[in-house]
Amino acid sequence: MTAVRTVLRRIGFYVLLSLVTAFFALPMLWLVTAPFTRHPTFAVTWPDFTLANFRALTDSPDALSSLYNSAALSLSTMLLTVAAAALAAYALSKVRVPGRGAILYLLLLLSSVITGTAVMVPIFQLMFRLRLLDHDLGVILVLTGGLLPAAIFILTDFMDTMPRLQEESARVFGANSLQVFGHVVLPNVRPGLATIAVWAVVNVWGDFLVPFLLYRSPDKRPAAVTLNTFYTEGGRPDLALISTFSLLYSVPMVIMFLFVSRRYGFRLHGGITA
Amino acid sequence: MRVALEAVTKVYDGDVRALDELSLEIADGEFFVLLGPSGCGKTTLLRTIAGLETATSGTVRIGERDVTRLPPGDRDVAMVFQDYALFPHMTVADNIAYPLRLKKVPRAERRAKAADTAARLSLGPYLDHRPAQLSGGQQQRVALARAMATRPTVFLLDEPLSNLDARLRLEARTFLKKLQHDLGVTTVFVTHDQAEALALADRIAVMEDGRVRQIGTPREVFQRPANIFVAGFIGSTPMNLLEGECVPGDGDPTGSWTDEIDVAGLRLPVPEEATGLVGPGDKIIAGFRPEYVREAEDGIEGRVEIVENLGTTSLVTLATTGPSVQLTVPEEREPAIGTTLRVAPQPGRTLLYHADDGDLIDDS
Ligand SMILES: Nc1ncnc2c1ncn2[C@@H]1O[C@H](COP(=O)(O)OP(=O)(O)OP(=O)(O)O)[C@@H](O)[C@H]1O
Ligand SMILES: [Mg+2]
Repeated sequence: MTAVRTVLRRIGFYVLLSLVTAFFALPMLWLVTAPFTRHPTFAVTWPDFTLANFRALTDSPDALSSLYNSAALSLSTMLLTVAAAALAAYALSKVRVPGRGAILYLLLLLSSVITGTAVMVPIFQLMFRLRLLDHDLGVILVLTGGLLPAAIFILTDFMDTMPRLQEESARVFGANSLQVFGHVVLPNVRPGLATIAVWAVVNVWGDFLVPFLLYRSPDKRPAAVTLNTFYTEGGRPDLALISTFSLLYSVPMVIMFLFVSRRYGFRLHGGITA
Repeated sequence: MRVALEAVTKVYDGDVRALDELSLEIADGEFFVLLGPSGCGKTTLLRTIAGLETATSGTVRIGERDVTRLPPGDRDVAMVFQDYALFPHMTVADNIAYPLRLKKVPRAERRAKAADTAARLSLGPYLDHRPAQLSGGQQQRVALARAMATRPTVFLLDEPLSNLDARLRLEARTFLKKLQHDLGVTTVFVTHDQAEALALADRIAVMEDGRVRQIGTPREVFQRPANIFVAGFIGSTPMNLLEGECVPGDGDPTGSWTDEIDVAGLRLPVPEEATGLVGPGDKIIAGFRPEYVREAEDGIEGRVEIVENLGTTSLVTLATTGPSVQLTVPEEREPAIGTTLRVAPQPGRTLLYHADDGDLIDDS
């Protein structure tokens, strides 16, 4: 009797799991079938294995270049974020200012504000005054500003665990501050740098609001914004182009995830491993 | 290169006085050992010489140069830290060559020098290993090799043997002594292990609370500890220190000095070096090592309380009417627990200390 109950409970549990999985998997499935379907709808159907949608996409003026823009924007923002965060975190970890914890938490709080919707108007005006509207530099600065607080917060923790004796050892051998930083500190916090780099790229790659507001010319826009421009003449979303473009848009992130995960073992701060 | 400290004081923030007007001079090529209990300021002194700490006051000289305010990199010293502080992300070869890299030595030459130094310390097979893949003893040699590679003028070693097990420690000790002898580099070695200090040092400085209590050769420090602190610290078995009093003897008939003391009812002659320096009634402390205690008819009476086996000898602790007395006996001659012994120091092996300040009484 109890054995039957256990089996039934098991079956129920797996059915539930399957339903939940299907709920989350369906959009993914759509993402890989729709681009290969001649006239995709919102339904998941067996694909026709046509490449016509990809051809159509290459005819669209800004589609492919926007992917390139996304890559350039992500990478430069990532580099700037990692460089600035590493320097700031090192300083914060080394010079123990009173109230450091409070400063760090305040930073974290600010990070959700800086690139949040609420301050978009002042940021727009700031960029306008600085004549940085429609300028890559402007967008990079704003995005970096948004990422930095959390990046500093995470990296400071990594820096704190780094053994001071290694730095002193290097100094006795004649290393100057920059050499100590480059030769000893950075290699020691590499997992932290990798975490931040990936996180920055993912964030910028997926960000819509900031580039949408700050770029004027269509040819400068990153993919996230371009995705928003695929409409038919009738003003309806062009599902063929949208699905195809979405697929191309997500592939780099998947590749990056696989690469990083193989290289470092994906480690979020706090030791969540996958 | 000569190293000289003149009245060096180091006060850490707050008011920890880690070094207190400390002066000492280390000769060129000397193996100099800083010995003292935990927290006496040995590491601080070493770090002050290295430039990792700046002296609050006083002067540090290396050679003829005043380096008190010089950053560590400009002092031409090499330091080996207690836990080695190797760079975990670099291979053994890169670790050893790191100081050369800072000196902009070309890569190929660096590699050759590192391989050469590594070979001397039997690290040849491990050049491409990471520090984490090495044993403690090997890591210690990598740290030594890294310090050697630059040919520094002064070697600073902070308890480099303390992470090794007892056997490896002995090997490393012999090895280190030979290495220093071959290189002839002025070496300052920190330890809290008196046996290590006696074995390695040309000269030892015994420290307590940021001050030097005695400087001398291992023999001087062992045979004539300058005060009861050093007497209690040096030697694998602690020295017997018994309070006593000077009594009138056959010395000076005027009674201004004497040649006899009374320790726990035992009459002993005043040692030669102290003759004429103590008079009847002076309170003293008599010190004698357990190794120099023998059985004697008219000696101090005590009951055997503990017998500790030291290998070739055993350490016997006697309970007397006063403080307990320790002596060593040859193996297989151990007395049974509870038996009564009468013991006295061998003639000429007693040291006298002032009871008030604990300083050695002698004519020097
Ligand atoms: N950075 C520091 N800040 C404040 N006080 C310190 C600092 N470093 C050492 N001290 C204090 O200075 C004194 C001497 O310390 P030091 O490390 O020189 O001792 P040590 O002789 O090396 O001891 P050990 O044998 O345990 O290594 C100690 O009381 C210690 O607490
Ligand atoms: Mg120490």
